[in-house]
Amino acid sequence: MSTTAIDAAGTTPPEFYCREEAPPRNGTLLGFWIYLMSDCFIFASLFACNAVLGNQYAGGPTGAEVLDLPGLALNTALLLVSSVVFGFAMLEMARRRKGAMLGWLALAGVLAAAFVGLEIHEFLGMIAEGAGPGRSAFLSSFFTLVATHGLHVTLGVLWLIVLMVQSIRFGLNEDNVRRLRCLSMFWHFLDLVWVGVFSYVYLIGVLR
Amino acid sequence: MSQPNPSGHAAAGNDDAMHEHHGSLRGYLTGFVLAAILTIIPFWLVMDNVIHNRPLLVFIILALAVVQIFVHIVYFLHLDTRSESGWNMMAFIFTAVLVIIVLGASIWVMYNENVNMMPMSPQYQHHPIGGPSAK
Repeated sequence: MSTTAIDAAGTTPPEFYCREEAPPRNGTLLGFWIYLMSDCFIFASLFACNAVLGNQYAGGPTGAEVLDLPGLALNTALLLVSSVVFGFAMLEMARRRKGAMLGWLALAGVLAAAFVGLEIHEFLGMIAEGAGPGRSAFLSSFFTLVATHGLHVTLGVLWLIVLMVQSIRFGLNEDNVRRLRCLSMFWHFLDLVWVGVFSYVYLIGVLR
Repeated sequence: MSQPNPSGHAAAGNDDAMHEHHGSLRGYLTGFVLAAILTIIPFWLVMDNVIHNRPLLVFIILALAVVQIFVHIVYFLHLDTRSESGWNMMAFIFTAVLVIIVLGASIWVMYNENVNMMPMSPQYQHHPIGGPSAK
């Protein structure tokens, strides 16, 4: 019994090369990944600013005086749990259980919204103490970096709401699955950036 | 892929996108536990003032952060050499190299500038312009 490859080679000339580029079938996910990598550069620049300016207090408050570590611990926990919960939603999506997926997505969204709420509360408290972004270079870089991250999370929550409505109305069709997988990457990516924020900006910031 | 594929590489990345791996429950829970441990340790070190050697403490915090970032990448973002024919990994390595250059070079350059320039250091303020202290 001969192999199919030899049979095929006997009847038609074999092709040893691709006539066309063979992109991944779902190029959106790769494109979105490259967007996230470009987002890394935004955050890297802001981290570099904070690293350079983080000890320029201009006679104003230092990191140890204004940064709230217990609040930070709560925020970090909220974002980490939200990230894992979003992962659970993706597992339910793979099993085509829309109800369970929507439940996990809602929980992830609520946790992230709580994160943003606490962060805004922290910012308003600092501004009320006179430690606003205009006080010193340290505070400018701090607010720019942390607020950029917070803005990402806020937009992620809006995106999540849109996709939940889409999933409820149109079901888990191919488009919605692709969009949810992009949002999933975005969500986990923001948690990854937060690791840098709490480690470098906060924990090392209070040690300066 | 059931058909013979003489060129050997065209099949990569053509798996049905709907059935690519989404991770597993075990993977997410492992990632969560690791991330939680790697978060709690630096918080504990700083809030309970455990280590008094400050450079060592900073190094430990940064090292734990780097480890945790890799935990997130592996267990949450599912980055591996197979996803998207390896292009995800290529983009990631490229980005990581440039981010290290941006961060490292910025800190290095500005640190040296701060050390060597010291524009408003008190010992230089009383010298007249072009005085003997010009270096």
